[in-house]
Amino acid sequence: MKNIRNFCVIAHIDHGKSTLSDRLLETTKTISDRDLKEQTLDDMDLERERGITIKSHAIQMSYLHTDGECYTLNMIDTPGHVDFSYEVSRSIAACEGALLLVDATQGIQAQTISNLYLAIEHDLEIIPVLNKIDMDSAMIDEVAEQIIDLIGCKREQILLASGRTGQGVPEILAAIVERIPCPKGDPGAPLQALIFDSIFNSFRGVIANIRIVNGTLRQGDKVLFMNTGRQYDADELGILQLDYVPRQELSAGNVGYIITGIKVSKEIKVGDTITHLQNPAAEPIKGFEDVKPMVFAGIFPLDNDDFEDLRDSLEKLQLNDASLVFEPESSAALGFGFRCGFLGMLHLEIVQERLAREFNQDVITTVPNVSYIAYTRKGEKLTVRNPMDMPDPTILDYAEEPYITAQIITKPEYIGAIMTLCMDKRGILIKQDYLTQSRVEMTFHLPLAEIVFDFYDRLKSISRGYASFDYQPLDYRRTDLVKLDIKLNGENVDALSALVHRSKAEAFGRGICARLKELLPRQQFVIAIQAAIGAKIIARETISAMRKDVTAKCYGGDISRKRKLLEKQKEGKKKMRQFGKVEVPQKAFLEVLKLN
Amino acid sequence: MAGLYLHIPFCRQACHYCNFHFSTSLKLKEEVLRAIRAELYLRRDFFEKGAILQSIYLGGGTPSLLTGYELEALFETIYQYFRVAPDAEITLEANPDDLDEPYLTQLRQTPVNRLSLGIQSFSDEDLRWMNRAHDAAEARRCIEQVQAAGYHNLTCDLIYGAPTTSDAQWEANVRILLEYGVPHLSCYCLTVEPKTALAHFVKTGQSPPVDDDKAVRQFLHLMEAMETAGYEHYEISNFALSGHYAKHNTAYWLGAPYLGVGPGAHSFTGQIRQWNLPNNPRYAKLVQANAPWQSLKGLVWEEETLTPADCYNEYVMTGLRTKWGCNLLQISAMGDFFAAHFTKQVETFVVQGLVRRQDYHYALTREGKLLADFISAELFYTAVAGN
Ligand SMILES: Nc1nc2c(ncn2[C@@H]2O[C@H](COP(=O)(O)OP(=O)(O)O)[C@@H](O)[C@H]2O)c(=O)[nH]1
Ligand code: SF4
Ligand SMILES: [Mg+2]
Repeated sequence: MKNIRNFCVIAHIDHGKSTLSDRLLETTKTISDRDLKEQTLDDMDLERERGITIKSHAIQMSYLHTDGECYTLNMIDTPGHVDFSYEVSRSIAACEGALLLVDATQGIQAQTISNLYLAIEHDLEIIPVLNKIDMDSAMIDEVAEQIIDLIGCKREQILLASGRTGQGVPEILAAIVERIPCPKGDPGAPLQALIFDSIFNSFRGVIANIRIVNGTLRQGDKVLFMNTGRQYDADELGILQLDYVPRQELSAGNVGYIITGIKVSKEIKVGDTITHLQNPAAEPIKGFEDVKPMVFAGIFPLDNDDFEDLRDSLEKLQLNDASLVFEPESSAALGFGFRCGFLGMLHLEIVQERLAREFNQDVITTVPNVSYIAYTRKGEKLTVRNPMDMPDPTILDYAEEPYITAQIITKPEYIGAIMTLCMDKRGILIKQDYLTQSRVEMTFHLPLAEIVFDFYDRLKSISRGYASFDYQPLDYRRTDLVKLDIKLNGENVDALSALVHRSKAEAFGRGICARLKELLPRQQFVIAIQAAIGAKIIARETISAMRKDVTAKCYGGDISRKRKLLEKQKEGKKKMRQFGKVEVPQKAFLEVLKLN
Repeated sequence: MAGLYLHIPFCRQACHYCNFHFSTSLKLKEEVLRAIRAELYLRRDFFEKGAILQSIYLGGGTPSLLTGYELEALFETIYQYFRVAPDAEITLEANPDDLDEPYLTQLRQTPVNRLSLGIQSFSDEDLRWMNRAHDAAEARRCIEQVQAAGYHNLTCDLIYGAPTTSDAQWEANVRILLEYGVPHLSCYCLTVEPKTALAHFVKTGQSPPVDDDKAVRQFLHLMEAMETAGYEHYEISNFALSGHYAKHNTAYWLGAPYLGVGPGAHSFTGQIRQWNLPNNPRYAKLVQANAPWQSLKGLVWEEETLTPADCYNEYVMTGLRTKWGCNLLQISAMGDFFAAHFTKQVETFVVQGLVRRQDYHYALTREGKLLADFISAELFYTAVAGN
């Protein structure tokens, strides 16, 4: 155990985590150059494209230190987006140390700071690394000051590195061995293994990544998952390198995987504790939470006949995305579909994109909303996840909406603009701390519903990208909601209905109408777009009828070109849903929320 | 029926709206002309045995950049390898700045018997905006000289809907051409084609996008004025006095076979479409009399075989644009399911007054002409959905 080091990397998106990880793997010869696709650890296509880590990954390296001893280094790559904070906390719980990787040209970002505090809370040894020092724009002194401010380390303890050139990589490896404590724990004690991630593999079922905290796990053992209460056989276990490498046993301090024949991801809860059925541990490892979805939206097949296919696809998707939840629902306008719960808007977009790419499912996503609590006059308490389910004003006593605590870190010159934005979003400033002279952390209480919509984009634009953002659920508070309906030529489109705060209803209605005007194609007739609360119209736009659609030239070579163009347009039209006579393109449903 | 098209891929300067294939460098002109003559030889058996050319069309680009001598050489090759009807329509596209007295004298030595003039407008402001090589005075002088030289079988191109073209200017443009008694007119709505200077201007805000309402007004005026003057609106963009339909172009719309020679030219056998790649240097280098045409496939030309649905769609699309419209009997001959599909889909448009039915013929009404693309797309048969 004294030759094991477990660490994670805390870094903001694009600060170079993947690049540096690849260097570590290369230097320790865990992978050969030949295998080194760029950024080995982000292996979902979507992750590569979006440049973010969605799932956690873990990899084991063997490192020959200058003391002549060989060390086992387990590196755990953590997700890099607010939507996935809980997974981050579990990864941190599996480690004794963390590399705090900071882009020397950017400085520390809020996401990094909340993860850093999480690591400090778990008593992780922090190794600060200033990355990208090869760049001319690196502000080594300034960012080093920030780090010293934040964790109170000494200047000499900050390592300088470049994932691009490889500079500083040997020093990082040495520091991991010398500064991070070896894992504690008793191989002879009753088994406690922490599940910090689970991965779905179509051949092998669900693979859980685990950290053995106490005891020893052997192949063939009968095991118990303490939070779900389920029992399994440890069919296979081993360590994680580029592939799964089976081992007969894993004992306290080590990181590896276990396969138990579980077929569905939701059966495994990240944060759960595995113990032996015989001689079980007295209690599970602390910190388990059943993560709850934050955002809900209806997902409907573009074509009603595809309902069963969609169910099938969602089930398959859920196999490897345990945080996705769904249940059937029906809509007057869209027919049968599913009400799905997501961790956040990014998660929602990822699910929609994966449905399209991996399952070839064209779907319509309704206006997302958060989960409300409604109290009726009769004293009933209802959870409302769909605007349609909100009790009628005559029955409703009052409603509550979820609040979050948000941390925003920015430069002092943007404080004013950010205050304005957060006030506009019904936020309350709780505190404001200068982390350094040029960096200030603002803490707000905000209604979750307000950040679901265009918050993050607006924050980025008013701060020219110099603001970062993180949030945690807080509580539920009394609110004054109205149901806003959108009508196309007089007909209600329930997929576009939304619950909004009364003070926002008019602006929201106007925004949606204006956006729909941009998104709906002209048709042969005039289209009236209206936003209504009950019977009262609060905003309207009109799209004039299409007058002209004819190309001028149609000679030899134009003919097939034009035919193909028109055929393509016609294909595009099939990706529309009809409401009354009005056709709404599939993409309009999500785009409509990108108000400006 | 058989038609021959020659593409002359050179222009003096690039008009801002134009997306045709041309080069403004004349360096390869001789080389390309040599290769065109080689292609004529290589594809001499394109048509069925005994086929007689009813039309020859020299388009571009700017064919009037060719000297009389170069034209004669081309025609010599054409007549050597193809049979040409004595009364064949032989059209040359020409720009006003090229057609001076000496040129017209040379032209009379060639078999050309019809001229297509790129007039576009009689307003200097319009012409400058379009970056045409001629001005309004040249446009007028050109028509007068051509007529004086005895070329009465004329067609002129005009463009409407440009930001600089006021309604009054547009009305004047149409009136002037009518006054000259030009028997055939092609009028095109300005369109912003991708990868043109105009597209760039619109994207960067240097030019406003096309004003649809204005384009509609000017098109409606055009239809009225031409009808009053006794012209037939026989294709969306084409008007003719009786007996002056463009034979060559009409053949395109009726689905007749044609051979297109030169870089970027398209050919059609009735079943297969072939196109030469729009690349002058490659064409000039590879097209040699001793290189079999088939060996150049993929290098110089490509082809595609139309499926029955493709044929039906093209027939609907081109047919609806003409005054003859679509004939249900002809559609039935392509397959009964096409006819069933067509009759089912067309009904809405008949009810809406966009399509007029007469026996087996379906043609666009004046309102329908404004929506020709939309209507044909609705009538298309696309495999996936079956409708
Ligand atoms: N100049 C320079 N660029 C780097 C360095 N490390 C990463 N990058 C670049 O920064 C971007 C983000 O890197 P990546 O490793 O994907 O960051 P991640 O989002 O934290 O995983 C990529 O374009 C990298 O090529 C470095 O040390 N120097
Ligand atoms: S419009 Fe005619 S002259 Fe102008 S660039 Fe195009 S082909 Fe050449
Ligand atoms: Mg990455």
